[in-house]
Amino acid sequence: MTLPELSTNRIDLQLVAEMVTPGSRVLDVGCGDGSLLALLSETRGVDARGIELSREGVAGCVARGLSVIQGDADTDLSEYPDDSFDYVILSQTIQATRNPRLVLEQMLRIGRRAIVSFPNFGHWRMRSQVFFLGRMPVTDSLPYAWWDTPNIHFCTIRDFVALCDQIGAEKERAVALDAAGGRVGVSAPWWFWNLFGAQAVFLLKRG
Amino acid sequence: MTQDSTRLSDPLKEANEPSSQLERFGPEAPLIMDCGVVLEHWQIGYQSYGTLNPEKSNAVLVCHALTGDQHVASRNPITGKGGWWTAMIGPGKPIDTDRFFVICANVLGGCSGTTGPASTNPATGKPWGLDFPVVTIRDMVRAQAALIDRLGIATLFCVAGGSMGGMQVLQWAASYPERVFSALPLATGAKHSAQNIAFHEVGRQAVMADPDWRRGRYLEEGTRPAKGLSVARMGAHITYLSEPALHRKFGRKLQDREAPTFSFDADFQVESYLRHQGISFVERFDANSYLYVTRAMDYFDLAADHGGVLAKAFSGTRTRFCVASFTSDWLFPTADSRAIVHALNAAGASVSFVELESDKGHDAFLLEEPNLFATTRGFLGAAARARGI
Repeated sequence: MTLPELSTNRIDLQLVAEMVTPGSRVLDVGCGDGSLLALLSETRGVDARGIELSREGVAGCVARGLSVIQGDADTDLSEYPDDSFDYVILSQTIQATRNPRLVLEQMLRIGRRAIVSFPNFGHWRMRSQVFFLGRMPVTDSLPYAWWDTPNIHFCTIRDFVALCDQIGAEKERAVALDAAGGRVGVSAPWWFWNLFGAQAVFLLKRG
Repeated sequence: MTQDSTRLSDPLKEANEPSSQLERFGPEAPLIMDCGVVLEHWQIGYQSYGTLNPEKSNAVLVCHALTGDQHVASRNPITGKGGWWTAMIGPGKPIDTDRFFVICANVLGGCSGTTGPASTNPATGKPWGLDFPVVTIRDMVRAQAALIDRLGIATLFCVAGGSMGGMQVLQWAASYPERVFSALPLATGAKHSAQNIAFHEVGRQAVMADPDWRRGRYLEEGTRPAKGLSVARMGAHITYLSEPALHRKFGRKLQDREAPTFSFDADFQVESYLRHQGISFVERFDANSYLYVTRAMDYFDLAADHGGVLAKAFSGTRTRFCVASFTSDWLFPTADSRAIVHALNAAGASVSFVELESDKGHDAFLLEEPNLFATTRGFLGAAARARGI
């Protein structure tokens, strides 16, 4: 199996991988083509499992030897017992779920920790498109028009933090990345992250 | 029988003296069956391909479906045709015989070398017929385990099979979890649905309604319930296909004629095809075996054996599973596979699951399906790395 090229196009995956303790049990919800799973099993020696909605994604994952099932984050997480995993990861997927709150709650039930990465809709570029153009934002990383996007539940970093507080999830780590993939100042206040973070990665545990 | 006897073998001979490898068991290794009967004299016909490695860690057991046999990747001695899963098994194939030692045994209750209703009852010297005890999937698996014991194999690298073969795979994983390193149940279910039992019952009634069935004693009386078994097969065959596949293959096309004949001849190609399927099946399969093996599938309900909770069948399992279904399979629809996957997840098992796109219906698992081959290759490759082979 070849190592996926991650450092270039998906810095958030690298960040997620760093948050995972080697040798742990991991479920990647919405694992796509299995890049993160492959990275985790190659570099962190984890027992990596995945759930993916698309038939092509699953077939590709299984063909490359990954342990992946075809399923839906919104409905299939309830099938797992409590504490099935050390980490449950939702990488760039929460905005495409029908019920993000329920998904997050399920993640924190079946996993001891949850790692969530998502695009920040509060980023200044998004805000400026709405503000100056009066149109729904379309960017290189989120190239869909409003009427064909799979992303039905966008949020800002502040929105996400509010949801965490609401469901009693404890934030162990949080990292925001700017549009170039650099880390936004660690000591910066939330409003700064919310304005200059293009995406965010949160490590959560049950409060 | 129309075959050339110099080249093709007689089904009755195959039932007792198969053209394959054979292991016989006596009172020292009785088969204790679910129905309570203890078989003291029984045998199992099997084929093997490839080479067992010195560590005996590369054995793959392939379980056959309802009307299959042990000749999975080699010429069938009765029909003279190639094996039923040559697309999947062979040198360089997804189940690679250059790498793995592949074993396939005829099921208990079958008619190609493993003890079943067409075999000779040692107590009477006559065919067992309906005196043969009713067989379950678990009995079939017990018989296979005895064979694997005799071959000196402690742990199978993989147990693989589709349809009823998949039921056996699941039963293996439940009965002997420590002996199954990986499991590949395809196009199957953890129980037989009411609809499937219903189809089987129609088939069995067709056999038993044939006057030549002679209450199951046709072998002694020199008859064969060919019409009944043929109708059973025709009905069952429809369930293995899909409407789009039938439409593509036949549509409403007429068979060797320009117009309908206003009769009950096989005007339509699909009728002619089904009649052919029925007739050729009768030449290779024993009617009583058909009753027994369909019954075994009907009785299969893995959850019921574990207090109604399927996950309990797999609790603590370390077996790696790969489950696959086909979009157009309405006999074992994807929902059946999902139920297995949910139970495996609940049991914390390592499981992959994919629903493969195909319009060929239930039979897709036997056919040229590149996605199935890629899935199998990937799954077995990763399992082989984990097993160190």
